[in-house]
Amino acid sequence: MNGFHWDWAFTWEVFPMILTAAKVTLLATLLGSIFAIVMGLVFALLRRSNSRTLRISIYWVVEFIRSTPLLVQIFFLYYVMPEFGISMSPLATGVFALGLHYGAYLSEVFRSGIDGIEKGQWEAARALNLTIVDTYKDIVLPQAIRPMIPATGNYIIAMFKETPQLSAITLLEMLQMAKIIGSENFRYLEPFTLVGILYLVFSLLAAYGIHQVERRFPKEGFSLK
Amino acid sequence: MEFGEIVSVLLQGAVVTIQIVAMALPLAVLMAFSFGLIRLYAPAPFKQIAIVYIEFFRGTSALIQLYWIYFVLPFFGITIDAMTAAVVALGLNIGSYGTEVVRGAIQSVPKGQYEASIALNFTSSQRLWRIIMPQALVNMIPPFGNLAIELVKATSLVSLITIGDLTFKAKMLADTTLQVGEIFGVVLLFYFVMAQFLVFFIRRLETHLSKGLGRGGLHS
Repeated sequence: MNGFHWDWAFTWEVFPMILTAAKVTLLATLLGSIFAIVMGLVFALLRRSNSRTLRISIYWVVEFIRSTPLLVQIFFLYYVMPEFGISMSPLATGVFALGLHYGAYLSEVFRSGIDGIEKGQWEAARALNLTIVDTYKDIVLPQAIRPMIPATGNYIIAMFKETPQLSAITLLEMLQMAKIIGSENFRYLEPFTLVGILYLVFSLLAAYGIHQVERRFPKEGFSLK
Repeated sequence: MEFGEIVSVLLQGAVVTIQIVAMALPLAVLMAFSFGLIRLYAPAPFKQIAIVYIEFFRGTSALIQLYWIYFVLPFFGITIDAMTAAVVALGLNIGSYGTEVVRGAIQSVPKGQYEASIALNFTSSQRLWRIIMPQALVNMIPPFGNLAIELVKATSLVSLITIGDLTFKAKMLADTTLQVGEIFGVVLLFYFVMAQFLVFFIRRLETHLSKGLGRGGLHS
C-alpha cells in the first residue's frame, strides 16, 4: 500500500463530494432535532398527565428508547415498519429514528425545566383563570426555555454525531460518501480524516452557537406570541 | 425459522456484545481516570495532550473513530483485527467522556476538605487518594453508570465492521429469514435487559461506596 503520505491532490478532489454529503448530514440533524423537540415536549407533558397508568407507561417507553441502541432502532424502523405498511425513505427513517431517540432524552430536560418553575406561577395562572394551554404558552414555557437551552443544545450536538449511523441504511451522508470514495480508490485515509475533521469543526461551531443563543436569550423570558 | 432458533443465534451475538463491553469498560475507566487526573494536575505539555485527546474523541463521532482505527491505521502499517479495533475505539470514546466525569466529581468535593487535609499535613498523594478520591468516587458512580449504558448501546456499531455481535446477528438473520419483527423486537429487548441489569448493579455499587461517608446513596 502506498498510503503512508497524505495525498493533497486526492484530498482536494474528494473534498467537494464530502461537502455535498455534509448537506444531507446537516439536513438529517436539522429535521431530526425539530422532531426530537416535538417528541420531547409530548413525552414531557404526558409524564405530567393526571392518569397514573399513562405516566408510568410513558416512563417505561422513554426508558426503553434511551437504553437501546440507536442503530437497532434505525434497523427496526427501516425493516419492520414496512411490515405494517409504512415504507419510508432512508432520510425519513433516519429523521424519525433520531427524533424518537433524542426526544426520549430531551423529555427529561424539558421535564426538569418545567418542574423548575415555581409553584406560585402555576397558582397565579390558576387564580387568573388561564386555560392549561395558555398557562403553558404564556407563563410556564417562556420562563422554562432559557435554562433548557444548554442541555438541549448538547443533545442536538450528540444527535449530529450519531448521524453517521444512517449510512447503515444507505443514506448518502458524509460517512457513506467517504466509504464509497474509499472503496473506489482504495484510499481511506483522506476521506475518513476529512469527515472526522468536519465533524469536529461543526460540533465546535455548534457548541459556540448554543452558548451565544443562551447568552443572548432574555433572562426574564419572552412572549411566545 | 423457529423462534427458539432465532433466540439461540441472537444469544451467541449477545455473548460477543458482553465480551466487548467487558473489555472496553476497563479501558474506558483507565482512560477516564488517567486523563482526567492529567487534565487536572499535570504540568503544561501533558495537560495539552489530554485536552487534545478529550476534545478529539468527544468532538467527532464514535462510528467515524471506529472506521478510522479499523480502515485507516493499516495505511500506517498498523494492522489490527476487528475485535481490537472495536475495543480500542469504544474504550477511547467512552473514556474521553469519562474524563469529564472524573474531573467534575473531583472538583465537586468541598474546598474545606482540601484545606483540612493541608492543615493536617497530609502529603499530596494522601490528600488525593485518602481524602478526595473516596468522596469523589461516590459522585462519579451515577454518571459512570450512564456511560456504561452508552457503551452497551455503542457496541452495536461494531456490527458495521463485521464483528458478529448482537446487532450483526440480528441483521444477518433479518436478511436471511425476513422475520424482521420478531428478530429486532427480541434484540431491542436484549439490550434493554442488559441496560437494566447495569442500572441495578450501579445502584448497589453506589450504596456500597457511600457507606461510611456520612450520607446514603440514592437508594440505600
